[in-house]
Order: sequence, then structure tokens, then C-alpha cells
Amino acid sequence: MRFILRKLGFLVLTVWVAITLNFIIPRLMPGNPAEAMMAKYAQQGPVPPQQEKALELMLGLPTGSLWQQYWGYVVNIIHGNFGVSYSFFPESVLSVILQAMPWTLTLVGLVTILQFVVGTLLGVYAAWHRGKKFDSIATVLFSFTSAFPYFWIALALIYFLAFIAHWFPISGGYSGSLSPSLNLPFIESVVYHSILPAITIFITGIGGSLLGMRNNMINTLGEDYIFLARAEGLKSKTVAIRYAARNAMLPIVTNFAMSLGLVVGGSLLMETVFAYPGMGYLMSTAISNQDYPLLQTLFLFITISVLLANFAADMVTGILDPRVRKGAAR
Amino acid sequence: MMANQIQKPVSSTHAQDDTLSRLNQTDLLGKIFRRQSAVHTVWANRKARIGMVILGIFILVAIIGPWISPYSLNNTGFTVSEPPSFAHWLGTTQSGQDVLTQLLYGTRISMLVGFIAGAITIAIALIVGFLAGYFSGWIDDVLSLLMNVMLVLPGLPLMIVIAAYIPSHGIWEIILVMSLTGWAFGGRTLRAQMLTLSRQDYVVAARFAGESPITIIFREILPNMLSYIIANFFGAVTGAILAEAGLEFLGLGNPSITSWGTMIYWAQNGDALLNGQWAWVLAPGLCIALLATSLTLINFGIDAIANPRLQED
Repeated sequence: MRFILRKLGFLVLTVWVAITLNFIIPRLMPGNPAEAMMAKYAQQGPVPPQQEKALELMLGLPTGSLWQQYWGYVVNIIHGNFGVSYSFFPESVLSVILQAMPWTLTLVGLVTILQFVVGTLLGVYAAWHRGKKFDSIATVLFSFTSAFPYFWIALALIYFLAFIAHWFPISGGYSGSLSPSLNLPFIESVVYHSILPAITIFITGIGGSLLGMRNNMINTLGEDYIFLARAEGLKSKTVAIRYAARNAMLPIVTNFAMSLGLVVGGSLLMETVFAYPGMGYLMSTAISNQDYPLLQTLFLFITISVLLANFAADMVTGILDPRVRKGAAR
Repeated sequence: MMANQIQKPVSSTHAQDDTLSRLNQTDLLGKIFRRQSAVHTVWANRKARIGMVILGIFILVAIIGPWISPYSLNNTGFTVSEPPSFAHWLGTTQSGQDVLTQLLYGTRISMLVGFIAGAITIAIALIVGFLAGYFSGWIDDVLSLLMNVMLVLPGLPLMIVIAAYIPSHGIWEIILVMSLTGWAFGGRTLRAQMLTLSRQDYVVAARFAGESPITIIFREILPNMLSYIIANFFGAVTGAILAEAGLEFLGLGNPSITSWGTMIYWAQNGDALLNGQWAWVLAPGLCIALLATSLTLINFGIDAIANPRLQED
């Protein structure tokens, strides 16, 4: 119970840091992007007063003391009031993001878990047959693939599989002739469009999972209890899975949480390449239009998703490892 | 022997000096030998050897790139958007520049940004990690909490938000943003290592002998965790090179300089792939990946020093 409370405390702290960073960054920067931003809004048309207030608080237009600004900003966030988007005027930032979020969460979430499971299993295999053919090929091959920028893999896949071979669509999240709805042709189109983005995340992510598990497993295989288990004549499969892999898994779950930030960052770039209608593509739209409210709110949503995933991973580690739960292993 | 001693009593101090200096010499030799054997261990690892060769080639290109490039970087007079040919091995850009020339010139900037950002990152990580690991107690608690918070905040989105607000997008701004957001991982590993080493008997002995913390850190601890520091440095450089490419690809870098990242940015802006100019897009990315791979491969060898279980024949 204390373990859960401690992790919960950390979650609250990190969310608070993210919210506060979001408040501080625009105010620390030289120049005044906020005024330029408000001037741009003025050209677009009338902004409802409540939204205008939210924008001022987020962008850092100096009204009232810093403390009042901060308080107003936090209250607005709790109420889900993030202002209106400049690039999708007059839609509110929140509604724009809520449309994009399911796309990213499903695709990135599913594929990340998949690559983690497959990569870890292959890592166990590579470590157990260490120095053999699979191990040598896999370690070099996957250090190579995990070194590629996500967006590069995406570009290469588009060129070879979509542009040259015409096997997959070049960009987008669904066929332009369909409108989003829950019927079979639309779902088919979505799945078809998500194959290349999924392969991109899978290829770039799996290397880290495999190599991490392999190195950890090799370490665990050197422990005395493995030696003993082997000497007792247990089946090598039993030793590999029940004794070695189980123990090597623990730090890996923590690592998974740590690497999540990287995966999410990479996926954002991947979405930009595919013009996949998720949060990453939205972010690059926000960057090129200098749509600061959208950009900042996206940062907040992405960060909070990563923090929640981290919290979940912590809980899993706690279930798997009583030492962590009791706070003995630090 | 006895006679000798009686014969030359005067030179006893001299002799002592001599043995002392000889002792120092063997110590020095031992150090050099140890270092050589460290290099040897890394070199003996086949993966690390491949990595060192690739890295060597990139460093060479970064130095002599401008001299071996076929054309001048400022030459914009070629037919635009040419696919690869004999005159232009990697084709030409939308604004009539030779892609191979850009690639060779860009090597220097990309590597410089990566290595400088990596160095600053690891310097911050070292300072924080050392402070936390050496002075345990509340300093450690505060710094560890800071590191854990920085670790879970997703790096690239944070970099993007900061970079989007910076009014001028020079190389140094990018380097600064990457260093300030990327140090936590190295900091955590170095802290753990520092914590282990500062509990070792010889460090405790040095502390009791009245050595100052600075002396202990630099003379007793630092040399023993050099492999960790180098491994983390290479990791930081890899991260910086990838992050730089990502930021420049999004247009948050300085598009007027020529680096691998800006090349991809311009290629993507010019719809290079859909015009069949695969080389313009794929070559710079391949360089990024090769460079990052070479560092990862060298780290396999360095890991083997720190962790003999990972050693290979």
C-alpha cells in the first residue's frame, strides 16, 4: 500500500512539473510570442472572452501578478479550458486534440507493447544461445535498426513499399473517399493505412527491447542459482524461462517505462512523415503554423499519457517483484 | 650487499629516491599497460572493432570532407531535381545543388553538433551524478528526484516546445536545448556507479587519510569509472545526433546550414521521394544511422570492460 502511495505521489509530482514547465517556458523566452499570437488571432475573427482569457494565461500575456496568472492557468487546465486553436480556428484546442488522440493511442500503444513482447522473447533466445548464429546476427542487425531515426525508416518504407511497389498507401490514416464511421469498409481502410506506420514503430523499437533483455539475461545467467539449477539437471528450457528470464525481466519493465518517452517522440516524427492523423502530425502542424496554444496543450497531453503509462509499468514491477513493493531494493 | 651499504652510506637517500622513482615508473607503466589492455579489450571485440573503423571513416570525412567533395557547396547552377547520375552520384537538390557535396560538408556540422551536445550532456550528468552519489543524504534525495522527474518527461516533445519558442534557431540553441533535456539518463547511471565506488575500501581509506573530496573524486574514483563515462558519452552523442535530426526535420533547426538533418528537411519539403530522388532523402539518414550504430557497437566493447560477463573472445 505504501508502495502504491509513493508511486502515486511521484505521478502527481511529475504531472505538476509538466504543467508548471508548460507555464514557465513561454515566460522565460526572450521576445513576446504571446502578443504576436494574439494579434494573429485578432485577424482571424472574434475569440470568445473566456477562451481569450485562457489563451492569455497560457501564452503569458502579463495581466496581474505572476502568482495570479499561475493560479488562473491551473484552474483553466483543471476545467479543460485550453483556448482556441489558431490553425483550426475557431475550434477549441481540446476538441482538436481529442479527435487526434485515439489514432495515436491505439497505434503507438498496441505496436509498442507488441514490439516489447516480441523483442524480449527474442532477447531471451539470443542470450541463451549466446555467440551462436542468431545471437551474432541479431545483435548487430538490431543495433543497426535501432540507430535509424524513426522518420527515416518511415521515409524508406514509403519509398520502397508504397511509391515503388504500390502495396500500401503513401499517406493518411484512411481513404479520402470515406468519412469516419464505424462500418467495415472504413475500419478496413484504417487498418490498411496503419500497416506501414506500425512496421516503422516495430522495426525501430524492437532493437532496444531485444538488446536490453539479452544483456540483462546474460548477466543473470552468470548467477550462482542458475549454475545450481543447471547442475541439478533441470531442463534447459525450465532454467532459461523459469529461473533466468523471470529475474532478468524485472529491470526490463522499468526500462520499458523509461524508453517509452523515446518511442513516443519517435512516433511523433513518424506520424509527420505519413501524415497520419494523430497527435504527432498535429504537433508538426502546430509548429509550422506557430500555433503555440495547440503545441503546448499537445505537450501536456503527451507527457501525461507517458506518465500514466509509467505509473502502470511501476505497478506491474511491484506485482512481479516483492522486493520493490517493500522498498528494500533501491 | 653489506659492504655496499657500508661503503656508500651517503647515497642512501639517493637510493631511496631511485626506488621511489622506479616505483612510480612501474606504477605509470602499469597504468599505461592497463589502459592499453582496455583499448585492447575493446579492439578485441569484433563488434567494437567494426564500430571503431566506421567512426574513424566518419571523423576523416568530417575533417577532409570539403576537400574531397566534387563541387563547391555554393554552386547552385546545376539542373534541379536530377536523380543520381555519373556527374551527380546522389543527384541534385530542388535548388540545383549537388547532394553528395552537401552530404560531405554536412558530416562536419552534424558530427560537431552531436559530439559537443554529447559532451555538455555528459558533463551535466557527471556533475549531478557525482554530487548525488558522493554526498548521500538530502543532496542525493533532491538530485535523484530531479533525475527521475527528468527521465520520465518525454524528451523530444519537451525539446520541441522549448525550441518552438526560441526566437533564433542557431546551432548553439539546438545544442543547448538537447543538453538541458538529455542529461538525466547518464546522470542516473553515473550516480549508481559513484555510489558503489565511494563505498569501496580504498575510497574510505583515502577519506580517513584526510584527502579532500575533489582529490578523491578525481584521483580515486574517476579513473575507475572511465569506461562507464565513455559509454555514457557515446550514448549521449547518439541521442544528440538523432534528436538533432528530428528537430531539424520538423523545421526547428536552422534550415540555412547544411547538416544531415536539414538535408532531409529540404528533401521532404521538395517532395524528393515522390519525384524519385531517393538518394537525397535516404543518404543523409543512412549516415545518421551508420554513425549512431558505430557508437553503439563500440559500446559493446566498452561494456565488456566494465562487465566481464559480456566479454567475448
